Amino acid sequence: MMNVTIGQYFPGDSFLYRLDPRTKLILTLALIILVFISKTFTGFALVFLFVLWCAFSTKIGLKYMLKGLKPLFLIIALTFVLNLLLMKDGAELVHWGILRITEGGLRTAVFMAVRLILLVLTSQVLTLTTSPIALTDGLETLMRPLSRIGFPAHEISMMMSIALRFIPTLMEETEKIRRAQMARGADFESGNLLQRAKAMVPLLVPLFVSAFRRADELAMAMEARCYRGGEGRTKLKQLQFHRQDAVAAAAVVAMYAIMIALNALGVF
Amino acid sequence: MSEAILRLRDAAFQYEDADARAVDGVSLDVAPGEFLAILGRNGSGKSTLARLLNALLIPSAGSVEVDGIEVSEQRAYDVRERCGMVFQNPDNQIVATVVEEDCAFGLENRGVPSKEIRRRVDEALREVGMLDRALASPSMLSGGQKQRIAIAGVLAMRPKIIVFDESTAMLDPVGRKDVFGLARRVNREEGVTVVWITHFMEEAVQADRVVVMDKGKIELEGTPREVFSNVTEVLSLGLDVPEMMKLSRDLRGAGLEIPLDVLTVDEMAEVLGKWQA
Repeated sequence: MMNVTIGQYFPGDSFLYRLDPRTKLILTLALIILVFISKTFTGFALVFLFVLWCAFSTKIGLKYMLKGLKPLFLIIALTFVLNLLLMKDGAELVHWGILRITEGGLRTAVFMAVRLILLVLTSQVLTLTTSPIALTDGLETLMRPLSRIGFPAHEISMMMSIALRFIPTLMEETEKIRRAQMARGADFESGNLLQRAKAMVPLLVPLFVSAFRRADELAMAMEARCYRGGEGRTKLKQLQFHRQDAVAAAAVVAMYAIMIALNALGVF
Repeated sequence: MSEAILRLRDAAFQYEDADARAVDGVSLDVAPGEFLAILGRNGSGKSTLARLLNALLIPSAGSVEVDGIEVSEQRAYDVRERCGMVFQNPDNQIVATVVEEDCAFGLENRGVPSKEIRRRVDEALREVGMLDRALASPSMLSGGQKQRIAIAGVLAMRPKIIVFDESTAMLDPVGRKDVFGLARRVNREEGVTVVWITHFMEEAVQADRVVVMDKGKIELEGTPREVFSNVTEVLSLGLDVPEMMKLSRDLRGAGLEIPLDVLTVDEMAEVLGKWQA
């Protein structure tokens, strides 16, 4: 489980770290859209270089980032193969029994694989350089206008931050219960899938019971500290846009301009 | 006694699914700046009483007045602002993933401007000696440190009263001493009234006044010395008496002419020193 780098924060300090979380959220979304509107390989190369440059500037190390692609390798490979075999468009390249690979199919297959890889890398740059709290804060601020039409923006962000707060606590507790059940003779490691799933029951039941008790106590503690929802609430840290946010936004806008030009020119 | 900051008159509370009242007609006055310890065995109603003081529960009969405000559904938030509360489980009262954000939680709820929050949070963290851990994650802290953060979160609200509901029960001896010492200091230096709910005798003996509860009622009340001199009565209420009181009773039984109301180790040392001379 520790090998999953997606969604993990990697503490550090560089240009990307200092950007406002709102900027990063919007620009990540913009880059992902950009990846999907690109119709040329040159366009992909452009985005790829940009994301790569972002990744380098964080000093996190490309190896660490590429590790994030690992769990998705199967999905990417599957998408590639399916597109390759099922898309029939343009000149025929290979004909082998019932398998037929066309030029158009190959192109779509490569496009989809590149798109998925870029999608993962881009979102990874966001999560690696933005702390969960900053991310939640950014999301809440961005979603705030929606609360006027009844969208629970504050509640969602509060739920997210409480979940983040309790992940380490519950992990610790899971480990404790696991050991306690093992001391009583529980076996979590052997047997087939079904047996192993069954073995989780004595672990999950106490975990859920305790999680509910925790939730109850936490709600009480929050009320004792005058919590009553998002209305009229202020923040210790107010999010603020700086010059670097404008710089980053300008860079992405420029990317859009180039991409549209490339698409229009029909470059390879 | 000057004007009481907490005034309970026949206060009672019954949980919906219970057949007896958890708090059954408690009348009590607490003076500003007092350090009051509430003792009682499990189920004696002491935690319920604590929740009445913070408007987490509204009395079903009688009245509870906090700093001149009658506890009611309408004024719950005014009461909570004046009377902070620190709970037993350090993990289940920390809301945020960063120490300073957690400390700011109460102030954010009250709509205090950002600049003022910053100032008060730093002040409160300095007060509890956790300013250097302001950016740490609470999950990296010890139980005692978590309780200090919880206290800082309450102190930042600048309450007149703080209720500690068995706040040291889940800590190791070092953490327990640490948190109790902090509560004493806040009481002495800031003049914050403290209601200290506990079942540790060595804490209760250091209070200005002790109230012993059983079955929702106040059974004994007075200075620690007065209360604990009733050794048999205290024992019959399911509580222990301080070690030194037991020792002095035993020593008297063995023929030593020493007073029965020796509370602390230091006092005992002094008494025995005198006796030896």
